[in-house]
Amino acid sequence: MIPGAFEYHRPTSVDEAIALMSRHGDEGRVIAGGHSLIPMMKLRLAEPGHLIDLRDLVSLKGIRPAGRCIEIGAMTTQQEVVASELLAEACPILREAALLIADPQVRYCGTLGGNVANGDPGNDMPAVMQCLDASFVLRGPKGEREVPARDFYEAAYFTARAEDELLTAVSLPIPPAGHGYAYEKLKRKVGDYATAAAAVVLTMSGGSCESASIALTNVGQTPLFAEAAGQALVGTKVDEAAVARAVEAAKDIAEPVADMRGPEEYRTHVTGVMVRRAVERALARAQA
Amino acid sequence: MTDATEMTLEEREATLGGIGCARKRKEDIRFIQGKGNYVDDIKLPGQVFGDFVRSPYAHARVKSIDTAAAKAVPGVLAVLTADDLKPLNLHWMPTLAGDTQAVLADEKVHFQNQEVAFVIGEDRYAVSDGIQAVEVDYEDLPVLVDPKQALAEDAPVLREDVEDKDNVGQGTRRHPNHIFTWDVGDKDAADQAFSGAAVTIKEEIFYQRVHPCPLEPCGCVASMDPVRGELTLYGTFQAPHVVRTVVSLIAGLPEHKIRVIAPDIGGGFGNKVGAYPGYVCATVGTIVLGRPVKWVEGRIDNLSTTAFARDYHMTGELAADSNGRIAAIRVHVLADHGAFNAHAQPSKWPAGLFSIVTGSYDIPSAHIAVDGVYTNKAPGGVAYRCSFRVTEASYLIERMVDVLAQKVGLDKAEIRLRNFVTPEQFPYTSCLDWEYDSGDYPTALNKVLEAVDYKGLLEEQAEKRKRGELMGIGLATFTEIVGAGPSRNCDILGIGMFDSCEIRIHPTGSAIARLGTKSQGQGHETTYAQILATELGIPSDDITVEEGDTDTAPYGLGTYGSRSTPVAGAAAAQAARKIKAKAQKIAAHMLEVGEKDLEWEVDRFKVKGLPEKAATMKEIAFAAYQNLPEGLEPGLEAVNYYDPPNFTYPFGAYLCVVDVDRLTGEVKVRRFYALDDCGTRINPMVIEGQVHGGLTEAFAIAMGQELTFDETGNIQGASFMDYFLPTAVETPVWETDFTVTPSPHHPIGAKGVGESPNVGGVSAFSNAVVDAFAHLGVSHMPMPHTPWRVWKQCQALGIGE
Ligand SMILES: Cc1cc2nc3c(=O)[nH]c(=O)nc-3n(C[C@H](O)[C@H](O)[C@H](O)COP(=O)(O)OP(=O)(O)OC[C@H]3O[C@@H](n4cnc5c(N)ncnc54)[C@H](O)[C@@H]3O)c2cc1C
Repeated sequence: MIPGAFEYHRPTSVDEAIALMSRHGDEGRVIAGGHSLIPMMKLRLAEPGHLIDLRDLVSLKGIRPAGRCIEIGAMTTQQEVVASELLAEACPILREAALLIADPQVRYCGTLGGNVANGDPGNDMPAVMQCLDASFVLRGPKGEREVPARDFYEAAYFTARAEDELLTAVSLPIPPAGHGYAYEKLKRKVGDYATAAAAVVLTMSGGSCESASIALTNVGQTPLFAEAAGQALVGTKVDEAAVARAVEAAKDIAEPVADMRGPEEYRTHVTGVMVRRAVERALARAQA
Repeated sequence: MTDATEMTLEEREATLGGIGCARKRKEDIRFIQGKGNYVDDIKLPGQVFGDFVRSPYAHARVKSIDTAAAKAVPGVLAVLTADDLKPLNLHWMPTLAGDTQAVLADEKVHFQNQEVAFVIGEDRYAVSDGIQAVEVDYEDLPVLVDPKQALAEDAPVLREDVEDKDNVGQGTRRHPNHIFTWDVGDKDAADQAFSGAAVTIKEEIFYQRVHPCPLEPCGCVASMDPVRGELTLYGTFQAPHVVRTVVSLIAGLPEHKIRVIAPDIGGGFGNKVGAYPGYVCATVGTIVLGRPVKWVEGRIDNLSTTAFARDYHMTGELAADSNGRIAAIRVHVLADHGAFNAHAQPSKWPAGLFSIVTGSYDIPSAHIAVDGVYTNKAPGGVAYRCSFRVTEASYLIERMVDVLAQKVGLDKAEIRLRNFVTPEQFPYTSCLDWEYDSGDYPTALNKVLEAVDYKGLLEEQAEKRKRGELMGIGLATFTEIVGAGPSRNCDILGIGMFDSCEIRIHPTGSAIARLGTKSQGQGHETTYAQILATELGIPSDDITVEEGDTDTAPYGLGTYGSRSTPVAGAAAAQAARKIKAKAQKIAAHMLEVGEKDLEWEVDRFKVKGLPEKAATMKEIAFAAYQNLPEGLEPGLEAVNYYDPPNFTYPFGAYLCVVDVDRLTGEVKVRRFYALDDCGTRINPMVIEGQVHGGLTEAFAIAMGQELTFDETGNIQGASFMDYFLPTAVETPVWETDFTVTPSPHHPIGAKGVGESPNVGGVSAFSNAVVDAFAHLGVSHMPMPHTPWRVWKQCQALGIGE
């Protein structure tokens, strides 16, 4: 549990950070809260030669409205997400999900940017971002681009982010007022990654579902946007038959691996249970 | 002499803070301020570090080890392999169970993460780099992970080093992978009872491999003084004196040149009883380099290589009449001991005290056979917060009594009441020859049933079952056997399992007491002082309790198996009584009366009939150094080595209520009521703390802890990512209660309590989970009751969707 040797860098501007990333290529690694990276380094599963610490990049901190979106700086901690009144008001699923990440100690250090950039299927925020149709703002030597969360994840620890790109912010469209939402996570204990988890956001109008979005955590190589599951609810009263179809659609795309949390069959089954419970809770919260 | 009217009798008693007082723990003052002194806090001048190259394979031949690149890593000072230890004959070491264990892999590795080489360097970073640079060439061999395959004719032979031996220390073997068979009881009588029985039940009950997982892992600092030829060994030792003797025997150093110091220890639970390769390698390292060598294992090392617990594949049978009166019990155990037989039990008991398996019940006949086998897993088999193999035994009988109740259609409480050893039967000798010292089982159970409104719970459960909801009620009425033990049948490496206390009273009336045990969080500094306060009439605040330094403490066998209070606590009382006897002589001299004219009252000797004429212990202490009667030697000290006449038998009645989510398999513990009887209660708050801790560990074991292996012997779940250590969020709320049935043979009637809640707790949880499914015909479910396993049960019953 002792990391290998590395050079430590502490840039004071985003440009300097990007320059360091370009210079060191796959030898370099940015560190945000360190709560995913340091455990990997201690096991020597990650052995970066250059560690580029982002903690002085104050411009990457903060939660601010930006037109019909909310922009959250990459270095915003999970605790700051939990505490944000703006988010509690406009997009409460973030708070609900953040509170299910680990424990306060981890949330005070771990950042939103690190959580979504990490690429570990166990992370909770990526599925929430897919559910909300958020985009990630990436900045590299060639400039800035935005990648939708739904297109960002390629395989475990592989994302659309290039080696020399910094994730600077997350931009999420504000869900319509009166939307229903829920994040349901089955875990073995505090500090555990999900056995299965589901994020649901839906809107109702005149007793019928106008829009629905569902995404899944830790039941595949990447977070899974369950498009068909969401579609199964749209235009229905979100009755038993519709919910059952959504559950089946979600289970259809789940491909969990067997681990100490349980065999594949169980983890697929509870994916369905989490979807059902999240839909039921979201429905109860939605204004008709 | 003293003005006896200053304080009332009650005030004087309260001032003592003696037996029965819930004073706060003395040691916590330093612990809660971060001022404890653990092994990893020790920093000696010139200290260097060592750690292991470990095997990725569970079974492989070590073809070659190339250490050249590692030795070239800056900061690396030495790399030890088995070949380096051979000339010292330290490449293998004896285990506590009569077998030998490789210190560093000698030609073969037998389990994943086994120690292969020891790298020593200036700091931990250099050592870790050095470990990565050691090149080991392995040739993998067929792996044996299933103990049921161990004795097959074509099973791979694991221990080539003992292949030809027909005995590896615990009896005759019949296969190269067989370690021993232990057979007790009267087979014919048991078989006869079975053949004539109205009802019989049989259940396969597996108690999974778990790990005690103390918060502080194992470690040591070995420091050789080359000039004096003296070795000091600091370490996480539950039994420091035994370690000194073992080091002397295996390293060939004279015992008086070895000083073993166990500083503060962050939990042990049996994990810190045995000797590990790290201790040997650090010791060799300091001898070779002349600098202190520290070895502290990491969490994964701790969970995957140092002593595990349980791993008992049990087949239990009960025979009973149609009223549920048990006539006989038969048990066979296949015990998975891993690659080396290194379990920690008194020498004569290859399955520990497992024959306490008749539990709290008056069972006329019994037969038990235990077969120990080798597999490609880490060695161990320690008592994880229980007396030797008692948790396994208690789990088995408590589960089987439930299975029997189900079969004969009796209520779980009723079948227990029908089979209990009755209060009149004590002292009670079980058919397997244990003499239970005292107990009152029906009173304990009835008190619990009343406290929780058992009838009401049953009614609620019946209602819920009608609605298809799953609610379980679990009972456990266990008997522990602790305080090992009488030296006529208990020894470790031939040393009787007595324990000791030495007391010195200072002239001003304060005192220091040293004992042969070693606290790992149990609160000895608090409770021993309370025993002494009551016995000596000196306030517990004025008594320092010290343990763990073999140069100062009297020889003792250490702390495990709830033996500290039953054995060393008794030694403390006896030593105090020796002091009191001398004090009486001095008091008689001071008060110018005969000894027989004196009587003891709380903190002083009084002249009978003249209450104002008295000498307090404080005054006597001073006199012991200047005003003595003719012929009496000065000073006020005593030592007692206590060889207990018998074990003590704490018991309890636990009730657990659970609700099961049939869709996720999650089990919620709604209520847990624990009544413990540990005899005389020394400090009710410490007892409550011990009960809370023991129940929490029992909860962890029953609901989540397990170490499993894939078919190639890779250990699964050996980190905190998976190994279930419940936080305050998962831990149920505990309700505690007690009865008091003193031990008749213990000087203060105390029995020990640290492990009872783990022994009784596991079966209470498990019984509650199974009970949630009992109405659907389920009689047993394997532990741990993780959500996926419970869901599998739901699915099998068609109620999981
Ligand atoms: C005990 C424990 C339990 C946990 N449980 C959960 C849980 O239940 N759910 C969950 O979601 N997470 C969990 N985590 C992980 C935690 O949320 C991490 O904090 C988070 O995954 C990573 O954020 P970080 O700021 O710590 O990133 P770091 O660990 O510093 O970095 C993670 C990775 O992202 C990269 N990275 C970080 N920031 C950027 C950036 N701005 N641009 C580009 N790349 C970047 C790093 O190079 C690294 O590869 C747990 C962690 C611990 C220690």
